[in-house]
Amino acid sequence: GDPTGAALQVARKVDQAGGETPTPWDSVTGYNNFYELGTSKEDPSRNAGSLRARPWTVTIAGEVKRPQTLDVDALVRMFPPEERVYRMRCVEAWSMVIPWVGFPLADLVRRLEPTSRAKYVAFQTLLDRDQLPGQRRPVLPWPYVEALRIDEANHPLALLAVGLYGRVLPGQNGAPLRLVVPWKYGFKGAKSIVRITFLADRPHTTWNDAAPDEYGFYANVNPEVDHPRWSQARERRIGEFFRRKTLPFNGYAAEVAPLYAGLDLRKNY
Amino acid sequence: MTRAGIHIRLRLLKALTFAACCLPLAKLAWDAFTGGLGANPIEAVLNRLGFWTLTLLTLSLAPTPAHDLLGLAWPVRVRRMLGLFTFAYATLHLCWYVGVDQFFDLHVLAKDVLKRKFMAVGFVAWLLLVPLAVTSTDRWVRRLGYARWKRLHRLVYAVAALGVVHFVWRVKADALRPYVFATILAALLGARAAARVRAEVSRAGAPRPRSSPDRTASGGMPRRPGWRRRGCRRRGPPRARARGSRRGAGRRAGPSGTPIRP
Repeated sequence: GDPTGAALQVARKVDQAGGETPTPWDSVTGYNNFYELGTSKEDPSRNAGSLRARPWTVTIAGEVKRPQTLDVDALVRMFPPEERVYRMRCVEAWSMVIPWVGFPLADLVRRLEPTSRAKYVAFQTLLDRDQLPGQRRPVLPWPYVEALRIDEANHPLALLAVGLYGRVLPGQNGAPLRLVVPWKYGFKGAKSIVRITFLADRPHTTWNDAAPDEYGFYANVNPEVDHPRWSQARERRIGEFFRRKTLPFNGYAAEVAPLYAGLDLRKNY
Repeated sequence: MTRAGIHIRLRLLKALTFAACCLPLAKLAWDAFTGGLGANPIEAVLNRLGFWTLTLLTLSLAPTPAHDLLGLAWPVRVRRMLGLFTFAYATLHLCWYVGVDQFFDLHVLAKDVLKRKFMAVGFVAWLLLVPLAVTSTDRWVRRLGYARWKRLHRLVYAVAALGVVHFVWRVKADALRPYVFATILAALLGARAAARVRAEVSRAGAPRPRSSPDRTASGGMPRRPGWRRRGCRRRGPPRARARGSRRGAGRRAGPSGTPIRP
């Protein structure tokens, strides 16, 4: 059956949002950008019923020693999930604090043994017009694809989430498996992943293809580099009245800034 | 219908329009108190005010084609109110952005207007609405003279175009709703063009003396009591003209004395 909302066993809890109170469940699950389920913020929660998150398999392909297809429940057994409270900063200048449940992407990458040629990892969302009715309109080039550099994928903060608030991930948040990269804008977090591909060359990614001047490949949270249509210097934390200052790398600079040493972040936005 | 009956009907029409134009605000207030604005209420209010600005702007452009093509006279009588409500919603939208969304962050606001074309376009659209709202009174029509007043108020087409562009540039990828507005506005402008062509054709087919239209007789400001029935049309086809004068006979001595402008 559909386990959405069922309680998840959590191995341990890690707060990486500085002790901030998490954004309420209703906001986290009712205010979403998941264009495959509709382009308004309320559409995904309304339309999530069409997404069948079980049974679900993820195909591993490309520059990897062991290409295979994995069942999502088997994945969860392989990598016991933990709770990680992260800040989430949307490119639209709003943000949340979300208690994700998941496992480090790096653990999976290590298990899959990418070849030495693997420089990038791409994540592809399910392509199915019936389950994801938003794909009936060519709002974006479907299927949705996001990607990380392999060293980014191996960073301990990068998470594959299977739940939030101690419960199985709801459809509108990207059930059953989604990427969470807390130092990047939210759109990097591909949802409802069916394919993970290891690549020698940088792949095309959806938003970068759709509007390259607005959405870079890196998409690191950066208050210094404005979106062409709005400032990224401040953000509205959902539930708060005043905007607060946006922090470089969404406040995770100490952990991730070394990944980008020597890179011009204004050009590589 | 009696004079009093017409007066009451016009009052009723205006009252209903006024109430209808307030409904979106009432709904906003209701949703604000019942949690119906969602997780990001500040954004929701901003978007709704913008949506209703464009909707009212579109509606305010409808009476002329409604008259020319459908022979409906009553929409013209609420057009000024629709226009003023457009300005009111646009002003609320702007104030909400400046005062609530950005909380008077002058650094951001200056950059918005100077560097971001999507914001600049929206701001210019609002600026262009100001003279239209200011000159919306009968006194201003007289002061400017009808012809000049009308020319000034053609700015509304520019406002409509800028408003739609503002919306198109605002959305990230799904521009369906702004294109719906663009299509409706294009249809309304097309209807005006069609009515004009039809009038030209009918005039060419059956030339009539220029003395009968009531337009330019008194310094651009028509005074004849019957003119308002033809208000939207320079040279209407015989059918509408006949109907206009027939209906006009009953309302000739209208109560308000307010000219309804084309």
